[in-house]
Amino acid sequence: MAKFIISQYGGPDGEIAASLRYLSQRYSMPYREVAGLLTDLGTEEMAHFEMIATIVHQLTRNLTPEEIKESGFGDYYIDHTTGIWPQAAGGVPFNACQFQVKGDPITDLVEDMAAEQKARSTYDNILHMVKDPDVADPIRFLRQREIVHFQRFGEALRLVQEKLDSKNFYACNPAFDKNCGCK
Amino acid sequence: MLKQNMNQKQLLQWINEVSFAVNDILLYLDTHPDDTDALAFFDYYNNERKKALETYSAEFTPLTLDYVHENCHWYWVTDPWPWEGGMC
Repeated sequence: MAKFIISQYGGPDGEIAASLRYLSQRYSMPYREVAGLLTDLGTEEMAHFEMIATIVHQLTRNLTPEEIKESGFGDYYIDHTTGIWPQAAGGVPFNACQFQVKGDPITDLVEDMAAEQKARSTYDNILHMVKDPDVADPIRFLRQREIVHFQRFGEALRLVQEKLDSKNFYACNPAFDKNCGCK
Repeated sequence: MLKQNMNQKQLLQWINEVSFAVNDILLYLDTHPDDTDALAFFDYYNNERKKALETYSAEFTPLTLDYVHENCHWYWVTDPWPWEGGMC
């Protein structure tokens, strides 16, 4: 169970990737509301990766070597004992290539919306595997937050598009091209 | 709402509830900065949160550095962490 859940710590659609994605994208976001949203969502995701790490720690802290062998946690244990290390469920380490900062508001926001849906799908997959209510309840809460965040990012994309020339959103990159295509 | 004689668990639950309300409306306000209903909602729950954090610090232990009032022991570091049951 812990091996599934750690994917939302250091996995491709995990909370660390989400937090770093939003907190890094905000510098090239030319619109205040959206830069603010990236700041506040990036901060909320930090609280979420602490929740995930806490769940993994609480699931693994009292394991015996026999339990580790039987539960399939052995591969992880060999490299990290019962410490918390950012990796995906399959053992792939956390990597900044799992997210993008493109420096273009539309590109970045569309990535962010996809990221929220990918995280929501991962939580759905975890909930298909995990039935312990002490674990499933906080996972369900985190899943709901992905949906709220997707909604907010949708509004952010609308805000950006409203500020651009509606005949062609892609006439320019408002984060880079000066006085181009902006209303 | 914040009541007299809440035990530690009840008060912490209340802090979690108002903190969540503040966090959620904060995101909404980022994309709707002129929504007066949302601003009033934020103001109410943010005040409730501050009151509750102050009460929790006075009666139990500080949850954030803004509410630390220690003069003889640094409880910040010796009280349990969230994953040890501190639940802050």
